[in-house]
Amino acid sequence: MSDSLDSYLVLSGLLFAIGTFGFLARRNAISMLMSIELMLNAVNLAIVAFGSFIPGLAGGGSVIAIIVMAVAAAEATVGLSIVIAIFRNRHTPLVDEYDAMRR
Amino acid sequence: MPRSLLTILGVMLLIGAVVGLPIVLAILGLIRLDDILFFVLAEILIGSGLLVVTLRDIIRCGLAMIVCFGALAGIYVVAGAPLVAGAQVLIYIGAISVLILFAIMLTQTKDAPTVLVFQTQSLGAGIAAIILALIIALTVGATDWKALPARVHTATDQLARVLFADYVLPFEIVSVLLLAAVVGGIFLAKREEGGPS
Repeated sequence: MSDSLDSYLVLSGLLFAIGTFGFLARRNAISMLMSIELMLNAVNLAIVAFGSFIPGLAGGGSVIAIIVMAVAAAEATVGLSIVIAIFRNRHTPLVDEYDAMRR
Repeated sequence: MPRSLLTILGVMLLIGAVVGLPIVLAILGLIRLDDILFFVLAEILIGSGLLVVTLRDIIRCGLAMIVCFGALAGIYVVAGAPLVAGAQVLIYIGAISVLILFAIMLTQTKDAPTVLVFQTQSLGAGIAAIILALIIALTVGATDWKALPARVHTATDQLARVLFADYVLPFEIVSVLLLAAVVGGIFLAKREEGGPS
């Protein structure tokens, strides 16, 4: 099981689907950011699996995964500070109450 | 008290089922040690991932997310990328989780409803997620990846050579991006002088 690329990719697909569900279904903005982190982790798992199973990618998969992690850290920083800035104005973390541009 | 005891008992039974089943299979000689590790870690990963998106209390969501990241680090080790696992522990468990927990505690309100954590579209979201998972699984199964029969372990010196020779431009761009993110984060979260508190 741990020696086949398919099991890693299916696991990564499951994690990505869980993240998709969380992003679409949760009301809290921070929950949505956590779901995005889950999806980024799923993609990272797929990249690492490709790197260790596809010949000719030696080392490349791990390097790309580490770079994706750095970009995810930047994304989390900016996303969370945006959420905190919105929270300071609207006093709620729930995204369906951010309707100032809809009214 | 009985309710919390029941919860603890249920969690212990769950852990026993998760860990016990592969061990029994290993004793019977059906699967190898790597497969046990992969199976248990995958179960923990999917289970805690489901907890992240379904729990009502958002602090518990954050804690389940830490468990999820830890299990994923274990899977990186099984997949043969120990340096990525180390970076996962440092960056995700050490930095991003703490950042998210701080943000959760900064945005907790007393009057925020904890009964309604899902949007009205959550049923459609669930169906879409299940269909997405099925499509990914079918595509993975139907594709011939020309993969190796066994995984290759990435040595750290080889990875360093690749990172600082072939991928040196993305490396530099990421350093500039991180600087920009730090400055942007400080600017966005900074309280303005005389502005709304």
